[in-house]
Amino acid sequence: MRTTLTEKIGEVAVAVFLWGFRILVVSVVIIGTILTIREGKYTGVQWIDFIVFGIARGSIYAMIALGYTMVYGILRMINFAHSEVFMSGAFGGYFLANAMGQSGFLDKYPVLGLVAAVLVGMLVSAGVALLVERIAYRPLRKAPRLVPLISAIGASFFLQYTFRGFFGPGIYAYPNVKVLSGEWNIFGIGILKMQVVVAVAAFIMMAVLYTIVMRTKIGKAMRAVSENKDVAALMGIDVDGIIVATFGVGAAMAGAAGVLYALMFRQVNFFMGFTPGIKAFTSAVLGGIGNVPGAMVGGIVLGIFESIGPALFLDGLGIIRPYQLQDAIAYIMLVMVLLFRPSGIVGEKLTTKKA
Amino acid sequence: MNKQLRLTFGKAVRTGLIGGIVALFLCLVGIVEIFGKRSLIEGLISLGHVFLFLSLLATGFVTASRKSDQAPLGRLWLSLAGTISGAVAGIVLALFMLLGSVINIRAMFIHASPDLYKILSFGRGMAGVWLLLLVGAALGALGALIRVLPSRIQKPLMQGFIGILLVGLFAGLVRPLLVAIPGLPEALGRYLFGQTGLTQGGALITFILIAGIVAFWSARGKTVQARVAKWPRSGQLALRWVFFGLAGVLALTLPLFSGPFIAQVIVLISLNILMGLGLNITLGFAGLLDLGFVAFFAMGAYTVGLLTSYGEYGLAHISFWAVVPIAILVAFMVGAFLGLPVLGMRGDYLAIATLGFGEIVRLLAGSDFLGKWLGGPQGVIGIQKPCLGILGPYVGLGIPRVCHGLELGGPKEIYYLAIICAILVAFVASRLRDSRLGRAWMAIREDEDVAEALGVNLIQTKLLAYMLGASFAGLSGAIFGTLVGSIFASSMQLMVSINVVCLIIVGGMGSIPGVVVGALVLIGLPEAFREFSEYRFLFYGAALIVMMLVKPGGLWPSSIVQRELHLDVKNDTGPNNAPTSAD
Amino acid sequence: MAILTANKVTKRFGGLVAVSSLDFEIEKKTIASIIGPNGAGKTTFFNCITGFEKANEGEILFDGTPIHNLRTDHIAHLGISRTYQNIRLFADMTALENILVGQHLHLHASWMGAILGTPGTRREETKALDEACRLLNFIELSGKGDLLARNLPYGAQRRLEIARALATKPKLLLLDEPTAGMNPRETEEMMAFIRRLRDELEITILLIEHQMRVVMGISQRITVLDYGVKIAEGTAVEIQNNPKVIEAYLGRGSVVGSRATQPASSSMPASTTTR
Repeated sequence: MRTTLTEKIGEVAVAVFLWGFRILVVSVVIIGTILTIREGKYTGVQWIDFIVFGIARGSIYAMIALGYTMVYGILRMINFAHSEVFMSGAFGGYFLANAMGQSGFLDKYPVLGLVAAVLVGMLVSAGVALLVERIAYRPLRKAPRLVPLISAIGASFFLQYTFRGFFGPGIYAYPNVKVLSGEWNIFGIGILKMQVVVAVAAFIMMAVLYTIVMRTKIGKAMRAVSENKDVAALMGIDVDGIIVATFGVGAAMAGAAGVLYALMFRQVNFFMGFTPGIKAFTSAVLGGIGNVPGAMVGGIVLGIFESIGPALFLDGLGIIRPYQLQDAIAYIMLVMVLLFRPSGIVGEKLTTKKA
Repeated sequence: MNKQLRLTFGKAVRTGLIGGIVALFLCLVGIVEIFGKRSLIEGLISLGHVFLFLSLLATGFVTASRKSDQAPLGRLWLSLAGTISGAVAGIVLALFMLLGSVINIRAMFIHASPDLYKILSFGRGMAGVWLLLLVGAALGALGALIRVLPSRIQKPLMQGFIGILLVGLFAGLVRPLLVAIPGLPEALGRYLFGQTGLTQGGALITFILIAGIVAFWSARGKTVQARVAKWPRSGQLALRWVFFGLAGVLALTLPLFSGPFIAQVIVLISLNILMGLGLNITLGFAGLLDLGFVAFFAMGAYTVGLLTSYGEYGLAHISFWAVVPIAILVAFMVGAFLGLPVLGMRGDYLAIATLGFGEIVRLLAGSDFLGKWLGGPQGVIGIQKPCLGILGPYVGLGIPRVCHGLELGGPKEIYYLAIICAILVAFVASRLRDSRLGRAWMAIREDEDVAEALGVNLIQTKLLAYMLGASFAGLSGAIFGTLVGSIFASSMQLMVSINVVCLIIVGGMGSIPGVVVGALVLIGLPEAFREFSEYRFLFYGAALIVMMLVKPGGLWPSSIVQRELHLDVKNDTGPNNAPTSAD
Repeated sequence: MAILTANKVTKRFGGLVAVSSLDFEIEKKTIASIIGPNGAGKTTFFNCITGFEKANEGEILFDGTPIHNLRTDHIAHLGISRTYQNIRLFADMTALENILVGQHLHLHASWMGAILGTPGTRREETKALDEACRLLNFIELSGKGDLLARNLPYGAQRRLEIARALATKPKLLLLDEPTAGMNPRETEEMMAFIRRLRDELEITILLIEHQMRVVMGISQRITVLDYGVKIAEGTAVEIQNNPKVIEAYLGRGSVVGSRATQPASSSMPASTTTR
């Protein structure tokens, strides 16, 4: 057996590096946490704030993650343009919400108005996703893997700058929904109404999606196609139609998430999809790519981690302005999951290389 | 009406609708309006019009295209079909205008502006709607005609139009070149060119000239080519060298008679060529989609920054020339560092993981956490310029060192450095490609399982691709750092990586001339035309999609390069020797 | 002496057992075949030998060295190479380049040498090119070295794949359906070619084949698999008369049965293959 010295060194180096990375991250987290708690800089209320915020944001990531995970399950490709689908939903809802807000409709019938905005957002994003699928993905289904990936990246940028061209580079503010501002007093703790509503809405929609995927005929067809496209076709399933339906449903979720996100952060901007998109993808991988409930779990976990992370471990280590590194926490989680557990916390082995 | 006709007319309407929507898209996105400010033919057609016309022409062209298995249709019918599709597209636009006159579309789409309506209506207000329909139909017919005309007529016509487009676009370059030719009166320049494009007379002359040349070439060109092919091999090679030599002379003397702006553009192009060649190895040869490529660029830049700066973050004060090899080495090692963990991953996961790395590097570099060493959001400033001579000693904080010799201070001087480096790197890349390692890379890209079965150590080989690609990027970053004089983490964006990826895809993966072409097109165009840079990423995105759909090999694919460059491989048809057997 | 020995090799994919407790041996410098209906586990067995798949149980020894836990490129180093059922050439590389990649194992120039163009590197490249041209001659493709692999006719592609495998200077060559899609004349040529490999280059050859006349015509030993289990092994005559083999094939509706009682002869017209 001819193993050259360089090869052996290489393999040792890889192992050392990977272990070192793991140990580094784990120790940062543990030591930081201990130091922070000892310092006691943050009160219990503040922690709860962080956690609730994390759940709210995480549930939005979860909704977006559903699109990634379902498309990956069916087509084995990362839909890079999904973050722009999310953004388009936010924009779609924006115009309606703005009009309603200005006319006072939103204040008189807030529930109706919000539901309408969410529906419009879902429609717009589904439309965008179907266009992208038809133009940039479908013709490339049989191409080597790199090709649709690059096409997806291209679609992502194209959409971003299209929206910039249509609506301008500025940041648009969602109207302030009076009903949703302020706090509710739950168990003696003040929790922002907006966050609760967002989280609850997200959970409801995800529950609906889960029921669709697990209980209905079309859901079964989706799962069949994601197991084996060719066999599903032989069973009489209209594979193209199912693919379109998957894109549509995933997009609708993302679109709704877009409106919720915009409501929470009051901002709409052509570039807003990028970071949530990556975080949503991380959530999808965390939960096991292709695994629908896993994506939901992954989203919440990521949301909480990134929310309490800077305060919990970075602050304790004396890192100034830790919030700058908030996104870095998400990225590091992404890298760690991809490196060490690509099948995710809950997931199936959809990611192992075929020998 | 027979079936073929019905089908064709149906297709015409569909194509017209799509064309109309595309044209509408161009309007709403603002391309028509912004490019409308720049005229192609003075007083007649602006670039905005060009976009519109192209989409209308295209509908006619596409409608008149028949697939080879379809029955042929008379030219007249096809032209009619083209007219219909053009008219339909025109109707779409007209409807838009009518809507716009009633509703304030601008409340939502910011580019539905009065300027846009002026362009669409050819300056005639609502009456222009009819003109629009007419123009649509006419262009549709023209598009169809171009498609169905025999190649003898079609080619010169098309090339003539393309010629007007190109010369008009590049008027800024062509005009000074023309004027620089001794013997030509300056008045000629003024006659041919307007402020930004051609004059009407100039357009006509350009069209006739180019159409004429093309017509001549297609008629007589074959004989000329045949005669050249009969020349001895050395003659043909000599011709190539002359061509390259001319290009070389042009490249070397360009900064002397153009402004510093053009020099800067070329420096940026060269830096992108450097990075492109690096990513060409990682992605083009080995097939590893690295979206975090900018991290290596950052390594090179920060190394130069930290080791040569006379500002507060300068760790040492070494001359640029000494730091460059260090920067390359640092990038090389970081390549190993970032590459090792991701090498086992599959394509899309590799892409996202590397993207994550790139972002982590950016966030860390710009954070206050590491601000003490890396300058935080304010970055590292005060980077010493390279000095061809003796560099004076480090005097104090914030004071640049004196250069006793030629200081490469501005783009005009760095231009030469950049070009020389680009040529050097291209040379290294081509040597690598034709080596055992290069072939191993290409085998991995084609089919990595089979490559492994032939004895290729996947991890080592991929890692080398990563590291070598990284070192090129490091060099590019080093030059960039000294060009700008300061480094900010905010310039180490994902966009830079995407830029380079686009370059390679458009130019041709794995092809070295392709990288040059890609850089020229994707960097040169937006820099030269401010209007393009507004929509830069829109074009990039569309370019990526279109390239993948139509020409995944790129504009100058590596397979063409192979054929051209390997004509001299000897293929001896000697006696039927059995190859050496296993021991 | 057996050059390759497999002991109780088992490979499972989830609940499906592709190869079941297979014992197999092949003698040096012989031609052996593995046959069996589709899905019998033949290609999976090849994959286990070359390291594409890792056997769940059992061991594989090559020249006495255990290889079942080695990486694929190590196994190639040891002297095993193969061709593939669906041709897997490097389509966008030229024929010569395909062969040159095959020589990867035997070239030792470093990349630094390549960049600098050292005389050592240049000498090695020239030698490699010569060797590649000789292989091209051997497979009768001389002069076509600069054609892209994707542009070669089918038969030439098959031969090129073999040439690429030969470039690794293997001791054992695994050929997966080398005559698939060939007409009788091409099949004859391939059979003669395979015999040359054994006789002139002294390579041991293991074939997976469906064309019975090839199997019967050139194999010194035939192993029959069905559902991952070895059901028979022996010479051509023994196999043709083995009732279990006949049942396995007839039971699938193939037409081999009618030839089963006739002695092996290379002038037999081609039988229908079970594809």
